[in-house]
Amino acid sequence: MTQILDPTDERVPVRRTLAGRPGKITGTVALLDINKARGNVMIDQLKRRLNERLPDVQVKAYRKLTPAKPASDEVRRQIMEESDFVIEALAD
Amino acid sequence: MANGISLPAFSLDDAQGKARSFPGKRPALLCFVKEDCPTCGLSMPLIESAHRAFGRAVDVLAIGQDRAGNDALVKRHGLTAAMLDDSALKVSFNYDIEIVPTIILADADGRELRRFIGFGRSDWRELWEELERIAKVRPPAIDWSSYPESRPGCGSKSVEPGIADRLIAESEGNPLRARRIEIADQDDVFEFMFDQGLTDGLPVVPPTPERVIRMLRGTRRDAQEIVGTCAPNYAPVTIEKIAINAVMAGCKPEYLPVVIAATEVICTPEYNIHGITATTYGATPILVVNGPIRHKIGMNMGINVFGQGNRPNATIGRAVKLIVRNVGGGRPGEVERAAFGSTSKFTCCFPEFEEKSPWEPLHVERGFNANESVVTCFGLEGGPRQIADQTSRTARSVVGSIGLGVEASWHPNAHNFGDILLVISPEHVDTIWHDRWSKEDIRRRIQEITARPLRDLLPNEDYAGIGALPDQANQRQRSEAELNKKIPKFQSTKNIHIVVAGGPAGKWSAMFGGWASGIYGSVPTSRKIEEMP
Repeated sequence: MTQILDPTDERVPVRRTLAGRPGKITGTVALLDINKARGNVMIDQLKRRLNERLPDVQVKAYRKLTPAKPASDEVRRQIMEESDFVIEALAD
Repeated sequence: MANGISLPAFSLDDAQGKARSFPGKRPALLCFVKEDCPTCGLSMPLIESAHRAFGRAVDVLAIGQDRAGNDALVKRHGLTAAMLDDSALKVSFNYDIEIVPTIILADADGRELRRFIGFGRSDWRELWEELERIAKVRPPAIDWSSYPESRPGCGSKSVEPGIADRLIAESEGNPLRARRIEIADQDDVFEFMFDQGLTDGLPVVPPTPERVIRMLRGTRRDAQEIVGTCAPNYAPVTIEKIAINAVMAGCKPEYLPVVIAATEVICTPEYNIHGITATTYGATPILVVNGPIRHKIGMNMGINVFGQGNRPNATIGRAVKLIVRNVGGGRPGEVERAAFGSTSKFTCCFPEFEEKSPWEPLHVERGFNANESVVTCFGLEGGPRQIADQTSRTARSVVGSIGLGVEASWHPNAHNFGDILLVISPEHVDTIWHDRWSKEDIRRRIQEITARPLRDLLPNEDYAGIGALPDQANQRQRSEAELNKKIPKFQSTKNIHIVVAGGPAGKWSAMFGGWASGIYGSVPTSRKIEEMP
């Protein structure tokens, strides 16, 4: 029998459950633009379509500093404080 | 030597399979021996004589280091003293036996009274006198003149390479804490590691406990010290985990300090291994090593410097990438999203050929002393891409060519750009240094030859390049002065990082093209390598 040492971080992933679905969208929906070139074109289009479908809902766009890094704590906090829903609107 | 320390207790089987424990109820003479040691052979008659003379009062225990050899010693010397089987070498290891024979006299409570190694006639005579006092007997005299004055001993089996590492790994005080995975004999360990997703697609060296113990000899740092957290999972990275992955990559222990220093860099927020791993562009860690360690570990800085064939070049970069994969959790198809990637994603590490450079080496430019060993990590596109110029005879001309070549980084029209790593070959260095150009001259010339009017950089119906459609890029009215303003390729000359490397022949230089830099991407970061003496 050969014995080897585990090269991984050995951590057990945290199991997260999905947040409860309210059944109806109200309040504010955040769209997170990761700040890729021309990403704003799609975000603006998405915002317009959401406004058409959900006229009573406010849609706000947020933007990361750079697509090369995770969203800053500040942006995350702002989204959390100001929004009821969030759509990470664009990756690549 | 009599230090009175309590010796470790043990129980070993004698030749008849009967367990003998130490300490017993009487004083004991412990004699560590191995069969193929001539000095042990010289000592065996005295060990047997001690048993015959003092055996009524003292337990005389020969402790042999291999089973077949023990039997041979018993037969050869007509041994009636107990021969205990320490073929597992656990007792030899616990007693820190480095040389055999080692002779230890202990009292009835297991405290050490006397110890010597090898063969010393005076040592044995003094021991004999002490045994006479303890046993209160006067045995027949020994003809001491028939023995040599002294003979050196032999190395204990417990300190032989490989065996010592296994014994440390199995000992209670071993520094390893990683989970141990047992692979059944009927399984192929190499296939197992592929199946578990632990490799980069090439076979890895199985990180057995003894190999990891050996790797850890490459550093003085505590195995459980955390050097940082590695994205994308932000997992803590210990020296032990670095050593495990360094074993897998094929590193030797003397490379470990370089791997540790590079890992410290990749765990910094400035370096941003998260983005380097996740980008679709295919950035990867590019490691440049400077200072004396290049020679000490035998790195290749000459012919085929970026290619195959040199162990430290190949394995140090590979170890870092395995750490990102296995500890950080950056795996292709998961968080690692490169559209193409490159072979540099397996490994990319090379030393600067400082001896071929007339300029300050990279690490000195970055604030370190020339005699310090340093690794500098870039987060750039793999490669490198080569730039040919076989005809220029002046510095201005050859650097002009290099400038035109590096303009293609990302996109020729992407100006005001971030970092690039330029590797100048010895032949190009000769041409440039013939005119005594400094690195700063090179940087200025690159900025000069790449500077283009904004109007030439704006996209049109024939090409894009700066991330906007022509109508958007041109929608704002710009003055003639704005349109005529020349914009160089790089934000600053500081973004042009220059090293020398490569074989003696070849009028080409090379570049590792840029990815997002500065606060928007990755900041090239250096770390001093903590070398072992």
